[in-house]
Amino acid sequence: MGRYLLRRLAIAIPSILGISIVLFGVLALAPGDPFSELASNPNVPPEVALALRAKFGLDDPLFVRYFHWLAAMLHGDWGFSFVSRMDVSTLILQRLPTTLLVIGSSQLLALAIALPVGVLSATRPYSVFDQVANTLAFIGFSLPTFFTGLLLILLFSITLDWLPFVYRADLGVTGWRWVWEEFRQAAMPVAVLGLFQGASWTRYVRSAVLDVIRLDYVTTARAKGLAERVVVLKHVVRNALTPVVTLVALQMPAVFGGAIVTEQIFRVPGIGSLLISSMLANDTPVIMAVTFVFACLVILFNLIADLLYGWLDPRIAYR
Amino acid sequence: MNENQLRDLIGAVKRGEVSRRAFVRRMVGLGLTAPFANLLLSHSGVAAAPAPDTYKPTKAGGGGTLKTLFWQGPTLLNPHFAVGTKDQEGSRIFYEPLAAWGPEGDLVPMLAAEIPDLENGGLASDGKSVTWKLKKNVKWHDGKPFDADDVVFNWQYVVDPATAATTVGSYKDVKVEKVDRFTVRVLFDKPNPFWADAFVGAVGMIIPKHLFENYVGAKSREAPTNLKPVGTGPYRFVDFKPGDIVRGERNPDYHEPNRPYFDHIEMKGGGDAVSAARAVIQTGEYDYAWNMQVEDQILAKLESGPDAHGRIEITDGGNIEHIQLNSADPWTEVDGERSSPKSQHPLFKDPAVRQAMKLLIDRASVEKHIYGRTGLATGNFLNNPKRYRSPNTHWEFNVDKANKILDEAGWKRGADGIREKDGKRLKLVFQTSINAPRQKNQAIVKQACQKAGIEMELKSVTASVFFSSDEANPDTYRHFYADMQMYTTTMTSPDPGYFMRQFVSWEIASKANKWQGRNVPRWNNPEYDAAFKASELELDPVKRAALFIKMNDLVVGDPGVIPDVYRPRVSAVSKTLRVPFSGWDNDFWNLRDWYRET
Repeated sequence: MGRYLLRRLAIAIPSILGISIVLFGVLALAPGDPFSELASNPNVPPEVALALRAKFGLDDPLFVRYFHWLAAMLHGDWGFSFVSRMDVSTLILQRLPTTLLVIGSSQLLALAIALPVGVLSATRPYSVFDQVANTLAFIGFSLPTFFTGLLLILLFSITLDWLPFVYRADLGVTGWRWVWEEFRQAAMPVAVLGLFQGASWTRYVRSAVLDVIRLDYVTTARAKGLAERVVVLKHVVRNALTPVVTLVALQMPAVFGGAIVTEQIFRVPGIGSLLISSMLANDTPVIMAVTFVFACLVILFNLIADLLYGWLDPRIAYR
Repeated sequence: MNENQLRDLIGAVKRGEVSRRAFVRRMVGLGLTAPFANLLLSHSGVAAAPAPDTYKPTKAGGGGTLKTLFWQGPTLLNPHFAVGTKDQEGSRIFYEPLAAWGPEGDLVPMLAAEIPDLENGGLASDGKSVTWKLKKNVKWHDGKPFDADDVVFNWQYVVDPATAATTVGSYKDVKVEKVDRFTVRVLFDKPNPFWADAFVGAVGMIIPKHLFENYVGAKSREAPTNLKPVGTGPYRFVDFKPGDIVRGERNPDYHEPNRPYFDHIEMKGGGDAVSAARAVIQTGEYDYAWNMQVEDQILAKLESGPDAHGRIEITDGGNIEHIQLNSADPWTEVDGERSSPKSQHPLFKDPAVRQAMKLLIDRASVEKHIYGRTGLATGNFLNNPKRYRSPNTHWEFNVDKANKILDEAGWKRGADGIREKDGKRLKLVFQTSINAPRQKNQAIVKQACQKAGIEMELKSVTASVFFSSDEANPDTYRHFYADMQMYTTTMTSPDPGYFMRQFVSWEIASKANKWQGRNVPRWNNPEYDAAFKASELELDPVKRAALFIKMNDLVVGDPGVIPDVYRPRVSAVSKTLRVPFSGWDNDFWNLRDWYRET
């Protein structure tokens, strides 16, 4: 186990380096210029844009820039935003709580729907409940989030006027008032993301449970006269969940990455909206930091998923 | 209009025969900006009339929270680093300039005790200096007094090249000295009729010396106050998250009585313009939304809703959507570059083609079907509000006339209906950035050109590429590798000197200047150059004004550019909110006077 972990970590280093080279190269080759807005402003002399370029090292050769970036990253310096003239780490940390709150609760909502509904439909395949759940699941993951988002705004904000559709990270109230306001403003984005994710996970859970529920040991458990509840929860679900856990673990980096479209629609100041506005402004250090951290998290959670797998299923051995 | 006529007119204003307002309108119609026309008057000894006070509240505070929505949130709060207007607006909540540009292009004192003019001795009669008297009761938000040292410091801060301030253009050619604790003098090397640039308007916001003096030059980016502004403005800093939110609270020590009205201000960023309009007009969740770049039909529909909470405010100001005709040849490489200034455009070198093109832009349809209230047809290059338009300039859409001009010049229609002359087909490539109204606009031009026997290929480029200054990318508007192109030129400085520089021959964009030159259409006219050079040396503001009018007529007459629609500023405002807008400054230029009518 220990040796396995060490080996995996050793493999992770070259892959992270490789990813960083590719990301850096792609961003450097991409068209656009962080100072284009300055350049098209007639009041700003061209020397200012040129001085800024020189100051931020944009005129250095690509590999020099890469090594500067890498050295800084190793020191824990994530870079300096051209556009905001502040540290990228501050920018990201500012947005992390909102991202975790909104995306995190949407993932919890998705799980809270997918697990019971998936298990129930699998234990009663082709029943009315299963049919309805299936249909809803299909609708759920075939409707894109930008569509359901706008639909909810139209219904709950504009027609009914119940919920605000502009998300404010800083509500300016405390206590129960805060909880209530936060609930009101987070309800729509969380529902949009949670229902979408929950719908596809329901399908996964259902098929995983269906795979297990027909196995002989389940029949044995039933033959022993165990209550149906014990059979399902202890014998079926535990075994069926192994692939689902992997799936959920692999989904975790997305909690950090945010949800670009939904964040844009509801003006949620999360990492996704930071990423998209940085892209539009060609703020490469921010794009680089967000994508790179995201890549590292994907690698980390892959590792965690593999470890979890072994813990859930003792038949798997690490070598 | 020549110099003598101008002098007569100014004389008439002086004697009170012509109102100040009417004079400004005439000047704007002739292609001068309103601020410039006002400075012309103050230079000629006509004192500025104080703006009528429409502010009603009788005590400060008590107005609750002012909620404003910007679909692009500010990313920094140091006015000298501001990249776009969004950053200027964010800074404007906390910082103030000495004076701001009012709706008629008049100067409104903010931190200055009075507006300098010849009579109060603020303006030197040789035009080589201006003396600003500062208000004496002003305190920074941290309680320290504001004085002349702060003003002088701002100049030192900005002109240090290592600071990389975006406002440097307004400060690099002046010197600033302290006269006494509450008086500063701005000195120019040569007489300068446009003296109200440094310390005025969006570029003039003053930052405190005591918090920035250790952060001049290369260290400028480390200043903690960059993110936590301490200004003199009506609201004090509470919280800032770049790209997301700026919050402020009422400054109880504000230097104007009974102001501001609101207890808190919130500036929320992100999202898109349409939903921002909804949040103000339809649901009333917000009080104000910035820069409504939304099709007018949608805005009109929202406004006419049964329980609309807000309205659309249109402010005349500065931007012009225009079409440039390439004077250089974009299709032949000369010395390693296309559109080389050494080449001549194979088709546009015939004046008949240019004149015909001028007749083929159906501005009325563009206004009617695309922009509505948010883009008004105009024949002037400088941004002119419709009601100010001079009767002397006009535009016309006339396919028959264009056909006639082309026929007479010997452009014969071929078998496919496309005109030809000397083996050259009349085929043009017309480019612009990707933006739905622009694509519709292109289609309207193309249709008219087809009727006149001109084949037109439309090209659209992603905005982030089209407007980039990347010298390696051939698709930027500066490279101009097409026959025609269309975009909006923003008018950020009220002085025509900056603006008219974009058509002088030594500013022609080319490989040699890494396409940084501002004359993108490569238009070259010796008469224009001479007029511009004369305007730079001209000491007399009236003669200078006459030169600018001549330049405007030259560039529109022998078209280097064809003006399309003038684009006023559009904002969504709650029905109860009273906002003094000005098209010559930021929307927050007079935030202290915003209030809610109950």
